Amino acid sequence: MQAVDLPYDLPDAAGHFGPYGGIFVSETLVHALDELKIAYAECRADPAFMAEFEYELKHYVGRPSPVYHAKRWSQLLGGAQIYLKREDLNHTGAHKINNTVGQAMVARYMGKKRVIAETGAGQHGVASATVAARYGMECVVYMGSEDVKRQAANVYRMKLLGATVVPVDSGSRTLKDALNEAMRDWVTNVTDTFYIIGTVAGPHPYPMMVRDFQCVIGKECIEQMPAMAGRQPDAVIACVGGGSNAMGIFHPYIPYGDVRLIGVEAAGRGLASGKHAASITAGKPGILHGNRTYLIQDANGQIAETHSISAGLDYPGVGPEHAWLNDSGRAQYVTIEDGQALQAFHDLCHYEGIIPALESSHALAYAAQLAPQLSADKILLVNLSGRGDKDMHTVAEASGIQF
Amino acid sequence: MSRIGTVFEGLRKTGRKALIPYVTAGDPEPGVTVPVLHAMVDAGSDMIEVGVPFSDPMADGPVIQKSGERALKHGTGLRDVLQMIRTFRTRDSRTPVILMGYANPIEAMGTSLFVKEASHAGVDGVIVVDYPPEECEDFSALLRKNGMDMIFLLAPTSTAQRVESVAKMASGYIYYVSLKGTTGAGHLDLQDVEKNVQRIRDVSGIPVGVGFGIRDGATARAICNFADAAIIGSRVIQEIEAATPATAPAKVKAFLSEVRAAMDEGE
Repeated sequence: MQAVDLPYDLPDAAGHFGPYGGIFVSETLVHALDELKIAYAECRADPAFMAEFEYELKHYVGRPSPVYHAKRWSQLLGGAQIYLKREDLNHTGAHKINNTVGQAMVARYMGKKRVIAETGAGQHGVASATVAARYGMECVVYMGSEDVKRQAANVYRMKLLGATVVPVDSGSRTLKDALNEAMRDWVTNVTDTFYIIGTVAGPHPYPMMVRDFQCVIGKECIEQMPAMAGRQPDAVIACVGGGSNAMGIFHPYIPYGDVRLIGVEAAGRGLASGKHAASITAGKPGILHGNRTYLIQDANGQIAETHSISAGLDYPGVGPEHAWLNDSGRAQYVTIEDGQALQAFHDLCHYEGIIPALESSHALAYAAQLAPQLSADKILLVNLSGRGDKDMHTVAEASGIQF
Repeated sequence: MSRIGTVFEGLRKTGRKALIPYVTAGDPEPGVTVPVLHAMVDAGSDMIEVGVPFSDPMADGPVIQKSGERALKHGTGLRDVLQMIRTFRTRDSRTPVILMGYANPIEAMGTSLFVKEASHAGVDGVIVVDYPPEECEDFSALLRKNGMDMIFLLAPTSTAQRVESVAKMASGYIYYVSLKGTTGAGHLDLQDVEKNVQRIRDVSGIPVGVGFGIRDGATARAICNFADAAIIGSRVIQEIEAATPATAPAKVKAFLSEVRAAMDEGE
């Protein structure tokens, strides 16, 4: 398969992906984003910065992460061959660390001594606290008070790593409110603080910068797949909350026109129930957290409360580049419900000896639906974005088990 | 001339400064807002900023956040806010009303429908916190075409170049955000605010209002030594918080009357 030359060089200078993206922030932050844009461009152009980033990914994160052929599970499903990109094997247990290493290095370059982050399940908070410890920076993590209760182990991990965890009591007390509060901190302490956003959302240049740091996932796959499977996959499948793991694996594949890109959103208890987090499938365009994108909202434009069994997908928006990939037809977005994700979670445990994150289990569940419809010579590549240790309590509870 | 322009012109002639209070529409319940607006006028307010409740008020401090949450409990949305202004206009055709809020409720309604409805309701200006000038050129042009002003914000972090470009596009007045932070935060550094207001005046002929952090008559008066308007939000909301729905208009009136008196002292 040959790489196709597509005219794809988004975002434009103002951060737009078609009608999406942009910079929708209060005036106080405009200058900070200008500075970040310039600093980030300087870092990207600096071979020493890029060499250090690669060194950190190799020796600190443990990259490259392997691609693994889930032979037994594929055989049981009876169709296409499923390959897993093992981001769960990274330091701290998910893809999140690729981005936090990059942003911490940009923060250091800008001379910022204090970093802040928002977190839902706690994975991005842990990854931020980790790099803050690594680079000797103060770290404050904002986390919805509901999530603090649900993810006690990750809260403790962040504290062990020296971070301050601030529970957020406003709004729905979840990820979106943590993001609001982090923005408020940033607007107040903008002079000395660097905001490490955890996903491909927020005002420009964040969606582009986070994507660039996460693209290592897809770039490795493009090198690994010919050796592992003899060719590039027929489809790449990844879960989408904000969408950073999906963008990281999709983006390098955009020019490969024959490779289908499939994003899997969380349908929670079913799209009809209203308790879901499927922004592209069931939302409409609007403005939140600094960018224009698909949002789950009511008729008055109020952001709706979302639900997913996976805290990392429990977000009412989605990265603006996903919105654009959807509208342009380059990627497709589908949904998986809580129960289907749980089934895939258990199947991967049983048949492959891998405990996946509940987020990644959504991508796995869609692969399990698609594989039997395809012949055995087809290849599906699933981004196994994180490990499931953090989800023990949630899965046990769903099975009626108490520790 | 727009109602906003007329009011500033009248104030200039008498050597007075504008008092612009803010209230979140629908806080703590929908019926309170119109009486509060009239009470504000009775207390000597020159124009009023009416906040449109939004589920994710990123630029607001805890006081205005909570007022929005109270309003949202009754489901107060942009259409309801416009209805309140229509009702207010049946008794007051003189006082400019400026809507203040976030972009998403406006986009959810549709920008052209919003502009039409706002114009019919008697809105004079619009502040959209998360619409920087370069992201809303069409919207501000449409507002102006319909006789309304797009009020832009400038901040301590705005560069000279940016002050210049925003000042060029601004109409009505410029809202200078007096500090780095959210609404209702901290203490003002008056010297710093004065320096920045002067920076804006150097490149713009339109009035400059100062908001964020004005807590009482004394700060309002100090601000008005160099600015054209004092904008007070969180402190007004606290009066409403401490009152019952029935006593809120009187409490707001008493507070703003004091501020007005302090602003007019020694003139």
